Amino acid sequence: MLSQLGCSTKPNGPAESRPNQQTTTLPARTTRDTVSTRRDTVPSSEDDGQWRMPARNYASTRYSGLDQITTQNAKQLKLAWSFSTGVTRGHEAAPLVVDSTMYIVTPFPNYLYALDLAHSGALKWTYKPSPALASQGVACCDLVNRGAAFFDGKIYYNTLDAHTVAVDAKSGQEVWKTRVGDINKGESTTMAPLVVKGKVLVGNSGGEFGVRGWLTALDAKTGKLAWRAYHTGPDKDVLIGNRFKPFYPQDRGKDLGVSSWPGDAWKIGGGGVWGWISYDPDLNLIYYGTANPGPWNPEVRPGDNKWTAAMFARDPDNGEAVWAYQWSPHDLFDYDGINELILLNLPIDGKNRRVLVRPERDGYIYVLDRVTGQVLSADPYGYITTTSGIDLKTGRPREVKEKEPQTGKVVREICPAAPGTKDWQPSSYSPRTGLLYIPHQNLCQDEEGTGANYISGTPYVAAIVKMYAGPGGHRGEVTAWDPVKRKAAWKITENFPVWSGTVVTAGDVVFYGTMDGWFKALDARSGSELWRFKVGSGIIGQPVVYRGPDGKEYVAILSGVGGWAGAVVAGGLDVRDSSAALGFVNAMKDLPQATTKGGMLYVFSLP
Amino acid sequence: MLGLCLGIACEREERNFQGIPPSASASMPPVRESELQPGPPTRSAPISGPYEENAYGVSQGKTLYNQYNCSGCHFQGGGGIGPPLMDADWIYGSRPENIFETIAEGRPNGMPAFGRKINADQIWQLVAYVRSMSGLLRKDVAPGRSDDMQVRPQEQSTPKARPVHSALPPASERQ
Repeated sequence: MLSQLGCSTKPNGPAESRPNQQTTTLPARTTRDTVSTRRDTVPSSEDDGQWRMPARNYASTRYSGLDQITTQNAKQLKLAWSFSTGVTRGHEAAPLVVDSTMYIVTPFPNYLYALDLAHSGALKWTYKPSPALASQGVACCDLVNRGAAFFDGKIYYNTLDAHTVAVDAKSGQEVWKTRVGDINKGESTTMAPLVVKGKVLVGNSGGEFGVRGWLTALDAKTGKLAWRAYHTGPDKDVLIGNRFKPFYPQDRGKDLGVSSWPGDAWKIGGGGVWGWISYDPDLNLIYYGTANPGPWNPEVRPGDNKWTAAMFARDPDNGEAVWAYQWSPHDLFDYDGINELILLNLPIDGKNRRVLVRPERDGYIYVLDRVTGQVLSADPYGYITTTSGIDLKTGRPREVKEKEPQTGKVVREICPAAPGTKDWQPSSYSPRTGLLYIPHQNLCQDEEGTGANYISGTPYVAAIVKMYAGPGGHRGEVTAWDPVKRKAAWKITENFPVWSGTVVTAGDVVFYGTMDGWFKALDARSGSELWRFKVGSGIIGQPVVYRGPDGKEYVAILSGVGGWAGAVVAGGLDVRDSSAALGFVNAMKDLPQATTKGGMLYVFSLP
Repeated sequence: MLGLCLGIACEREERNFQGIPPSASASMPPVRESELQPGPPTRSAPISGPYEENAYGVSQGKTLYNQYNCSGCHFQGGGGIGPPLMDADWIYGSRPENIFETIAEGRPNGMPAFGRKINADQIWQLVAYVRSMSGLLRKDVAPGRSDDMQVRPQEQSTPKARPVHSALPPASERQ
């Protein structure tokens, strides 16, 4: 277990040689490293230089303790090696680094490559899961995959056709493959799993196809189902029992997952999980958010539509819900709340609080007490017209009535647009600076509700949308946010949405990429640009930082434009239709002039 | 007045209110997918869709296009989950019989097989509407502006996009 959490003192030793892998006590080091008080520093000697899950640790900080690359020398960064994935859809995944091997998952058809870091990324083996071709027809927003997770000698990831696979990390042989969903119900799987206490946690995508959302735990050894928690329907399906103590009164009551919907609409109500999960080993709780309700047109589904657009705290052993908080009851704008949750211990009002920080779709950064689910603060980090604030007494947004979408009526200047102020692209947090580095967008939209017709396996959206840049005309931003002072330390703007993740290091360098193909390094304290490199295709991936077998610090990023924002290029869409790709094409009409598609891994280091 | 209207309508088009029977698809000859043919060249007669010249049928196709959630994947012709329909590229052919097959039997890379959900008459109406999106039908047959949010040029003003039976992209990119 020790090795699986990336806390070994022998970073390059083979995982198999470590004794007592099934110890159930979780090492506290990861927790101390990352769930730390905000001015703590993490000495790089405590960092094993690996990257075993997309968020790097259970607290999801995406912070690397490596400090060879600094604000002083970052301008000397050079390309070390590269690797072509042979796939041209949007590359959103984070590479993994385990011992001296890098693992990359591609978009559909979801190849898994193992690259030898001791030999400049020479190909060790390729695993091809052959997902069903037809699954391409139920992927709402390009054919992406957000990465894999390493645990106990195996690589775990999801394939687009709603299967989870375990692959032997040494040999590339398939250990098990489990069907978790059904494409004929519109289900697909695009998220990176999280492995907690021997359980592989996966959820379904398909909020635009009328799926019934769930999170599932599979036994990491066998792939057998351990538990499944639905996000709509009766309490017994949602795994709501005696331990369930939500903070706000509107989240208490029996079978709210049924009564907050008209008729049987909960059966096709959405609320999947395709983003991020965090885990607090001390509280033994996992945290994650549920996706939007379906269809988008809210008039079709009167009621609070629980438990869509909500956050859950659950016991990973049996899935039991401990608290839930529905931050967007009766969601109006596809504020599809699957964003990352960063677990921190912060001094708030003079007290050290165990919190989760979440830059949300609706434009607010929520800070919640992660023990109780109470909202401690919610401050805007982008331009917002849909709400006038979050009522901290009730936890509900103060919605602006005029912005509510209606059937047959065009409502204009809905800000933020459906992808929110921030979509799936994950932030990073540095305990050295106390800042959260948030990659996000600046988009508004016009929307008209239409009639909904549910046909299983086809889209269930019932809205025409047309997006465009928000105030200022730029479509992307990187915001460095101080969650204690509750304000931005600095903000930079980008022409295109910043659809890549960020990573921050102990050298106080922040890395991210742009959709027109620049990989950039920023000074974590000032936001000033230190270095940039032009890669082959636009970047929508997650940068990672690792220590190579030669002891040097490396930064790796997948380029390959696509995703919802880049579908206009990856899918070859026609920009004359403003409603194409759920309206995102209208905001990205100039992207085909700025970049072409093509998946490629780039790895950088100092000379 | 009624006579006048009927008179105009009759000059303009032949209205086929009966439609063709749902079983019509069964009698359709095999549809060719390839321009490459071993041996001496032969031509198969193109099959004309029954609604190609029928404004009523095309506008019905437009309504069905939204009701059967075609718009959920192809949007108003620009594409998204599925490929665009308003451009010149036709992965599986632009002729009415090609599009009929595409809708009825599906295509391997994500296009569902709607043949058991939609009857043949309605599929032919969809075929005609889909062809109108890239300007392949007469302007006076193609539907006009939409009443709702204007998100694309109306069919009549869509320039005729010379159909290209496009080279098939790799499996990972096909829809």
